[in-house]
Amino acid sequence: MPFLELQSLTKLYGDAVAVDGLSLVVEKGEFVSLLGPSGCGKTTTLQMIAGFLEPSAGTIRLGERDLTRIKPAARGLGIVFQSYALFPHMTAAENVAFGLEMRGVAKSEKAKRVAEALTLVGLAGLSDRYPRRMSGGQQQRVALARALVIRPDVLLLDEPLSNLDVKLREEMQVELRQIQRTVGTTTILVTHDQGEAMALSDRIVVMNRGRVEQVARPTDIYRAPASTFVANFLGKINVLPAIVTDGVVSIGASRWPAAGTTTNGAASVSIRPERIIFSESAGLAGTVKSRIFQGHHWLLHVATNAGLVAVIAPNDGRAIPDENAEVHLGWRADDMALANSERAS
Amino acid sequence: MSRNGPAALAFHALFIAFILAPIVIVVAVAFTPEGYLSLPTNGLSLRWFRAIADYPEFVRAFRDSLWLAALSSSIAVLFAVPAALAVARYRFAGREAVLAFFMSPLMIPHVVLGIAFLRFFTTIGLGGTFIGLVLSHIVIVMPFALRLVLAASVGMDRAIEHAAIALGASPFTMFRRVTLPLILPGVVSGWVLAFITSFDDVTMTVFIASPSTITLPVRMFLYIQDNIDPLVTSVSAAMIFLTAIVMVALDRLYGLDRLFVGAGR
Amino acid sequence: MSTAEITGGGRTPWLLAAPALLLFAGIVVVPIVMTVLLSFHDWGQYKGIETVITLKNWREIGTDSYFFEIFLRTFRIAVLVTAISVLIGTPEAYILNRMASPWRGLFLVIVLGPLLISVVARTLGWALLFGSTGLINVALVRLGIIASPMQFLFSETGVVIGLVHVLVPFVVISVWASLQRLDPQIENAAVSLGASGFRVLRRIVLPQVMPGILSGAIVVFTLAASAFATPAIIGGRRLKVVSTLAYDEFLNTLNWPLGAAVAVLLLIGLAAIIVGSNRLVERRYAQVFR
Repeated sequence: MPFLELQSLTKLYGDAVAVDGLSLVVEKGEFVSLLGPSGCGKTTTLQMIAGFLEPSAGTIRLGERDLTRIKPAARGLGIVFQSYALFPHMTAAENVAFGLEMRGVAKSEKAKRVAEALTLVGLAGLSDRYPRRMSGGQQQRVALARALVIRPDVLLLDEPLSNLDVKLREEMQVELRQIQRTVGTTTILVTHDQGEAMALSDRIVVMNRGRVEQVARPTDIYRAPASTFVANFLGKINVLPAIVTDGVVSIGASRWPAAGTTTNGAASVSIRPERIIFSESAGLAGTVKSRIFQGHHWLLHVATNAGLVAVIAPNDGRAIPDENAEVHLGWRADDMALANSERAS
Repeated sequence: MSRNGPAALAFHALFIAFILAPIVIVVAVAFTPEGYLSLPTNGLSLRWFRAIADYPEFVRAFRDSLWLAALSSSIAVLFAVPAALAVARYRFAGREAVLAFFMSPLMIPHVVLGIAFLRFFTTIGLGGTFIGLVLSHIVIVMPFALRLVLAASVGMDRAIEHAAIALGASPFTMFRRVTLPLILPGVVSGWVLAFITSFDDVTMTVFIASPSTITLPVRMFLYIQDNIDPLVTSVSAAMIFLTAIVMVALDRLYGLDRLFVGAGR
Repeated sequence: MSTAEITGGGRTPWLLAAPALLLFAGIVVVPIVMTVLLSFHDWGQYKGIETVITLKNWREIGTDSYFFEIFLRTFRIAVLVTAISVLIGTPEAYILNRMASPWRGLFLVIVLGPLLISVVARTLGWALLFGSTGLINVALVRLGIIASPMQFLFSETGVVIGLVHVLVPFVVISVWASLQRLDPQIENAAVSLGASGFRVLRRIVLPQVMPGILSGAIVVFTLAASAFATPAIIGGRRLKVVSTLAYDEFLNTLNWPLGAAVAVLLLIGLAAIIVGSNRLVERRYAQVFR
């Protein structure tokens, strides 16, 4: 039984289509991310689920209930806003207690649950602090506690980590995942950061211009992107022109066995930069045009007669080719994804 | 910011002297020990301040001015808050026109307003009444109240209201527990500015005041027409002192430059 | 999610604004309309106001030179007050803007504060300063600048000075607001390209501040043209401006229709000037600031 189901959710602004017939099934306890560039419709979708925006068509079902016509105050969802939206004139504890107050929870029970929620997010000592005296990370946790304390059926997160600096963001990602696993709340996260989506989600919904491009587990999406858009959006990818002739793929002067069934003719090959290695003699020949040190790895761009190829080499002590060095690029045949040019998406 | 040169500072000093001169002279003369208009060169005296008590019409006018200002400001703010929320929150057709309409009293000369109200109130039987006075003052203070409440409403993060709703608050609860506390500084400043505007007004009020409903500035104006003596300077000085106190309070609460310049863009 | 406004909103914004709208419609629109009507009525010393429609008042204003003189004087005073206020208010705003922190706030309060004091109190001060034995004349004679006391009280000069004092803060406010919106780096850029102090002012700062100056000027002009208390106190009964003329007709002569006509003419004149100047300012500066 699906827990949250979106059926053909659509939002039109005049002639402009913000969300185009989005259908999605979310299981209980799942962590799903809506991922895409700005304007892809992910925030609009979240707003419709929350009830702040009325869908032009489609339905939203939570278990047995049809949420579509229900007012936001009655939907019982937990929301963490991008700006946190804490009540500046209330302390952390009062902020967290607000939802319980609206539900008429008894005073002692309320105090207990507020304390539990603040401990869950690691802010046990800050209950009497006002938002303006808190750091961004702390405010974010209060917002999370406030949303979780009401034991919502679904937790909605609108780019909650985008205002934090990089290090803090990474820490919060880990914590967020742990908290979600502890509490078990079904969660929908909206983000434009593919790293974040991959780190946190059970499944990712990649969106582009109001449409769903692919829904799958992070590892599956990464390994087998359904379209060029998805391939480019998650991680870096090289797309090289190739010619298929009787089971052999020719890229430039190099030859590769073709995996799976392929039709002859022009095609394109996708290969992740981190799957490419520098080999002695076999493989695609080229010259190193640039190499950039990125701490954990090196990023090189190699000019070949199939175009400019990006290569990621781990910084584990191995020799890295210099600029202008002549190299050969090799990879495993099944790390390569093949698409016929006519069908290319 | 680069510093100001000596020429600039000299100009500035003259300007400030110009601004302060009439105010200083009024306050100075108010302290004169003599029985006629003179500077207090022979020492300061409070005789003319005490003399105010001998003129009950001034005291009564002062009291009426206070009541009038308090009433009209309060009512204006009461109407301004929902109107400001409407304009701040919703982008609806006619929004610009509605805002311009509420700000229009600022553009109508008070002379015209005074005459219009005189005619209107006399026709509907409110001529010379306190109610008429209150209604007319509500009109002229409304733009100030609205402008400040609007600035506060616009400056508030709307997501906070949404958070309250998502947590289950009804619109009224949201207003009472979240919106109102957050726009309160704007509401209070709006009330204070409205109060001062009402209290000080003379041009419009002189047309619709009657012997039984006279405000302090009008009383003073009529008195000055006949003669100028130290009494009217002591009353003025008292008014200036009170205004100075309110001014400092307003500056602390809100910031005078923000009040006149930054509000309600 | 939504820090933006809600588009549409249906009935809600109208319901919220309704009380204030109705109040205003009742006590702003109706009285003004009634006043316009009143200007077309007839009046006689014994019959009072007669609710007929006649152009008598308008003809009187149009033909009698008495009225023309008063409107001309009012216009003259307003123009002078505006010019002087702009000339001294603009540099003051600029100087204030360049001051360091405690002084800046303090002097801003000193310059803007008087706006909160009743105009009667402020003008009273000028009445005290003017006058043949007033401080100003005493000082000027003592310093040898003039031989015998000048006539300030009951003169146009006095009224102009008094009005400048009351209204110059509005220029300061307007120019100050404009200055706040300036990017200080622009001045630095000009200096780095070799422009000297005065050049920078004239070619860089002034053009950007112009809209502020102009809107301040419009405010001062309208307030000066419709001023009542200051001309009444300093100008006295004989030196009439439009507002005191209307007051006279209404409360002394009791010729309400004529007074209404004067007021309506003032309103129309000012409205035309405001709308016209605003449009001029917008057209001239729109491309720079939109």
